[in-house]
Order: sequence, then structure tokens, then C-alpha cells
Amino acid sequence: MATRRVVITGVGLVTPVGLDPESTWAALLDGESGAGPITLFDASEYQVRFACEVKGFDPEAHMERKEARRADRFLQLAMATAGQAMTQAGLADDWGGTDPSRAGVIIGSGIGGLPLLEQQHKKLLERGPSRVSPFFIPMFIADMSAGMVSMRYGARGPNYATVSACASSAHAIGLAFRSVRHGEADVMISGGTESTITPLCVAGFASMKAMSGRNEDPTTASRPFCATRDGFVLGEGSGMLILEELEHATARGAAILGEVVGFGQSADAYHLTAPAPDGAGARSAMQYALDDAGLEPTEIQYINAHGTSTPANDSSETAAIKSVFGDHAAELVVGSTKSMTGHTLGAAGAIEGAISTLVCQRGTIPPTINFHEADPGCDLEYAHGGPMKRPVKTALTNSFGFGGHNVCLAVTRWDGE
Amino acid sequence: MSEIASRVREIIAQELGVEMDKVKDDANFVEDLGADSLDTVELVMAFEEEFGIEIPDEDAEQMQTVGQAIGYLNEKE
Repeated sequence: MATRRVVITGVGLVTPVGLDPESTWAALLDGESGAGPITLFDASEYQVRFACEVKGFDPEAHMERKEARRADRFLQLAMATAGQAMTQAGLADDWGGTDPSRAGVIIGSGIGGLPLLEQQHKKLLERGPSRVSPFFIPMFIADMSAGMVSMRYGARGPNYATVSACASSAHAIGLAFRSVRHGEADVMISGGTESTITPLCVAGFASMKAMSGRNEDPTTASRPFCATRDGFVLGEGSGMLILEELEHATARGAAILGEVVGFGQSADAYHLTAPAPDGAGARSAMQYALDDAGLEPTEIQYINAHGTSTPANDSSETAAIKSVFGDHAAELVVGSTKSMTGHTLGAAGAIEGAISTLVCQRGTIPPTINFHEADPGCDLEYAHGGPMKRPVKTALTNSFGFGGHNVCLAVTRWDGE
Repeated sequence: MSEIASRVREIIAQELGVEMDKVKDDANFVEDLGADSLDTVELVMAFEEEFGIEIPDEDAEQMQTVGQAIGYLNEKE
């Protein structure tokens, strides 16, 4: 059997810089930061008091009132992006006449419904076990996003969540890509969602000293690859892609936005949270993605880096890129859109997969904002100082998670064949 | 309408996400107002919360319509 090709026919984005793909894209090109003081809870006593929150999101625009009231925010965000992506793909109404038993859903979350967990735990302690909501478990478990999306659309194919910290939704897209490529499904709704700007989460990351402490100037805090970076900025959001078998998409006349061509994954087997300093695991993931796609390193023009703005990630990722690409590392453009969206944890891979798709389609690379001072450990060409016009045929997007999980996805521009 | 009845109706509308005009005395939570098994548990918990009482499971099972809930809670108050 000839290899089945997997094209992208829809994208959905709800991010700290926009409530849909077009507003997010416009904000990214404008170099707009999504960071600001935390409003989702009173953080005045916390070490870190700012984050990249999704602003002005109305769950009732995407779900029935009852459902919206009970679903934790990560589920609301996923329903919104799934709806956007399905609508763009022309599948939202009755699957455009195609067979939903051949459609599946894989959505990743690094954590799950932490806001609901904290709220219900407080109830348990203050008012006793009989006050814990029957909706607590279903609306908290990380896989319910895939469950709810399948119920909304009647998708009866493969259905599960991936959990690998900040690589979760890159795994989701990679595995969905394989489901379609291997013939298990014709359409996959795949992506990620995360919303954990909560007291416990902020306190926990702050204790790890993983987050930037620039409370006085939130919008300049996320500064990937800059010598003065001091940690990531916590974000929330969701990204979704519709992956579809090529013949299936062309037969129904779908507009094709791009193609997923490679998926590589590996483990560092090194430390709970620190990346291996030489970037060996990240290097393998990128190499495997190139091999999977049958691409030479010289065929890559852009890398949407994991680029978290932590001292350790950005230098080890740079080392990994250099070891995979050799001389070509100086030719390609590396960028981190986390400089604007913050680090959306389990949603990051899907958000950045969607952004990379748009970069290939539109030939413009968003800037890495707040990059002011070169770091000897980060010596590649980083997109900065405004949007960069550059034809990009193929992009890689990296996602690495605590636990040492590494994922790289390769996406290409669709040129009509 | 008694004060208790109007509080009960408001809770039902809120919990089940339905318009107030659907919350009639003879409306059945499951058949008419679209509640599932989890919704009915949550609804009873909301009554307990609002009226500061404990509703035993046996009593909760008997409460299947808006009117039955109002009657029960009127008695309890």
C-alpha cells in the first residue's frame, strides 16, 4: 500500500494573544505579549504574580450553558478550538457527508482540570465529603477533552488523551498523524488544551524556580534565547488541527492548509525536570522527525523552538539544533512564539503546530520578542525585531516535557500536490 | 408563588441550564428538563446547600418533578 499522506484542513486557536487563529496570527506578527498581572485568582501574596491568560473568552459561545458551567476551563477551551477547526475544515455539519466512524480525537493536556480539583478539594476540607460534585471526576480528568469533542461531533474512531507534560499535544498530533497514515482513521481532530493558572500550580512552579520573576514588567518577561532570560511565563490556551488523509480531503474538495510529514519522539532518560545539557534527547527527536519525513536537514527553513525562556532549555535546545543541522543551522531561522503566548504547557505543541502551519502557508515568520542580548550558549539566527518575510517550505516544531519527553513534528506548505 | 417555590425553581433553572418558563410543577427532571444521573445528584446537592439540610438518598429518589421537589422542601423548611 502506498503511504497515505496526511494533510491539515482546519486549525483552531485560543491563546493569550487571540481568541481565534486570525487574531492570534495578527497579534504574533505585531509582536504582542499576552502577559499581564494574574486575574484568575488573587495572586498578591505569591512570588510570581503574572501570567499569560486567555482574555475575554466566553465559553457559552462554544457550548450549551449547562455544559459550559460544569466543564473546567481546559475543556471549554478545547471545545472552542475543535469547533473552529471543524468549521474551517467544512466538517462541523454532519462531517460533510463523510463517515464519522473513520474519525477520531486525540487531545493532550499536561495536567488536566486543576482549577476544579482545587475548588473541590477546598469544598471537601471545609464542608465535608458529601459536598463534592458528581461532576468533579468527569470534568477534571485530562482525557475528557477528547471524550467531549467526540460526543459533540459523533467521532467514533480512536479516542484518548496524551499526557507528557509540555510535549502532550505534540504527542497528540504525532499519534493522530500516525493513525491517519496507517489507515486507522481518515480524519483526526488532534491538539491540546491547558488551563492551570491556579494557586497550586503557580506556587509549585515558583518553588521550582522555573518561572520568570519579572513581576514589575510582565510583557518583557518571556525572552527566549536572550542572555537575560530568567524562566518561563505560565500561559493557558488550546490549539487544534484537523488531520485528514489526502484523498479523503481532495475527494470532498476541502481547502488544504498544509501537510504533516514527520513525527519524531525520544526520551532524555536524564532528570525529572532538567533537559540533558548536550540536548541529546532533543537531537534524536528532531533527527527521527526528519527520517520519518524522508527529509535532509537542508530542507528545513524554520524551527518553531520549544524555546521556553528558561536558562537550561534554550541553550540545550540550541546545542541540539546545531548537532542535527551542522552548517545548515546557521541558514535556518529559529523562533519561539512562547515569547508572546507564554508557555501553555500541554497545549504548547498544538498551538505551535498550528502556528508553524500558518508560517509555511503564509511565508512570514513571527518575531521572538524580548530578544535583546545574545547569549554565547544561544548562537543561532533567531527571528526577532518584527515579522520576517521568508518562504518556508518545511518547518519543524519542538516540544519537550518534564520527565524528559521530546517530540518534534515536521509540517510543510501545501503547493497543490 | 411561595418564596421557597421560587428559590427551588431558580436552582433548577440554573443547575439544569433551562429557561424559567420550562420549570413548571409537572416538569420531570429527566424527561422534560434533560437531566442525566449526574445532573440529578448535583441538583439535590444544590437544594441541600440552599436550604442547609441533608436529603437522604431515599428521599432524593422520590423527587422527580419540580412540584415534588417544592413539596418536599416546603415540608422540610
